[in-house]
Amino acid sequence: MSQRRKLSSLFVGDAQADRVVPPTGYTARLTLFASGAMAFLTVFALALSLASGRLAARWGDELAQSSTLRISAPAEQMDAQTEAALSVLESTPGIASARALSDAEQRGLLAPWFGPDLPIDSLPIPQLIEIVETETGYDADGLRLRLQAEVPAAVLDDHTRWRRPLERAAARLRLLGWVSIGLIGAATAAMITLAANAALAANAQVVSVLRLIGAQDQYIAMAFVRRFTLRAFTGALAGTVLGAAAIFLLPSAQQDGGFLTGLGFEGLGWAALVLIPILAAVVAYFATGAAARKTLSELT
Amino acid sequence: MIELDNIAYSYGGGELLSEVSLKLAPGSFHFLTGPSGSGKTTFLKLCYGALTPTAGQVKLFGKDVREMDRDDHAFTRRQIGVVHQDCQFLDHLPLRENVSLPLTVSARDSLEQHSNLKELLTWVGLGHRANALPPELSGGERQRAALARAVIMSPDVVLADEPTGNVDWEMSQRLLQLLVELNKMGKTILIATHDLNLIRSAKHHVQARVLRISGRKLQLAGADL
Repeated sequence: MSQRRKLSSLFVGDAQADRVVPPTGYTARLTLFASGAMAFLTVFALALSLASGRLAARWGDELAQSSTLRISAPAEQMDAQTEAALSVLESTPGIASARALSDAEQRGLLAPWFGPDLPIDSLPIPQLIEIVETETGYDADGLRLRLQAEVPAAVLDDHTRWRRPLERAAARLRLLGWVSIGLIGAATAAMITLAANAALAANAQVVSVLRLIGAQDQYIAMAFVRRFTLRAFTGALAGTVLGAAAIFLLPSAQQDGGFLTGLGFEGLGWAALVLIPILAAVVAYFATGAAARKTLSELT
Repeated sequence: MIELDNIAYSYGGGELLSEVSLKLAPGSFHFLTGPSGSGKTTFLKLCYGALTPTAGQVKLFGKDVREMDRDDHAFTRRQIGVVHQDCQFLDHLPLRENVSLPLTVSARDSLEQHSNLKELLTWVGLGHRANALPPELSGGERQRAALARAVIMSPDVVLADEPTGNVDWEMSQRLLQLLVELNKMGKTILIATHDLNLIRSAKHHVQARVLRISGRKLQLAGADL
């Protein structure tokens, strides 16, 4: 039987052929449960992966375009150093804009640690200058050398030092998500193979009768493959719907919520969920096919 | 059709059959007898390719069983109807679907075949039991159902292994009558049985050749039957 015919018989089915395998049994429940549970877990692994990807992209996009200049100078020199620094920045190619943060903005940055009523005027707090880069960016090493000469109290932080580990962590998290999906797929295949082997053993009489009356191995295998593929698809569909509902009901992303509340799907990410039951069915199709062919080839 | 040429079959270190030759001519009727454990079932399995001889050659419809692949075996089994003593069915399917299974698996499940199915069930006296499940059938009904399933593909040969083993005398006569009718339709029949009374009663209806397995060899039975 050609692959095309096999696939068409899988979807179109054969009402009579479908009936040769008894409809119930613990393997049916096991397959439904295993594929449902695995699909549920896959939804979360997928959400983790996609959220990590978004996080990495956001950190990359937002932080790559901005830098901070910190001026730690005695209070009487602060204004002059700030002016000098702004002047250097304005004449540096690749910098779109530079502005000194106001006291209120600096107080806002410290508020999470010291509270909103911090007497910022009485503290020796450095002046921060926010730098926004152009798309081409600037030469950070060159700028450091100029600042060293013209504004010795200025320290340039282009975020590279801590942005890169964060991006790496997000990439690892995303990889972990995909590895989890791979492991879940492999575990699903293993469980469905076990269930298919159990079903073939439990239906030894069915196999024996079919062989006696002249059924080809392909016909017998497909009777089981079709049954297990549809069960895996149904179970995975239910698991995916439940997983998607659980993700949907998670608290929405907020600024204070951080990464956890950002776990979920956005836009086309929801469409990726459609693939889960289909992939579960594909895994079941090949796992059951391999188990059935192996079992049948061992029979005389 | 079915040719066994000087075959031997060993199992578990012991030789069960040795120097066995037989050619089943089209339309012939054979009985195969011998004591329990003499190898009658093994002989039948060799005749439809379920077993491969350890020596010699078995040809089914001109093809050496050793050269047949798994699909060839499946196609051959559609040309040879087999009835076992412990006739197995798919217990979750009604009788009519069990009997028509060979049509289903060979994709010959047409309307015409379905009308043949009704006639066939009536012929074996099970027209009224078409919707019964196999566990609801008596021993005799199961044997007749197995016979109906074995002949629904209109095979050239019917092999029956102790078909009357689990039924009373009256039912065994009914089954024998059905097999004789099949033979008169031109089918080749080979029945393995230890029931000598069945063989004696058959002699009144059909010209049968009686073979006996004795001492691992196949012999033509004498007039003592």
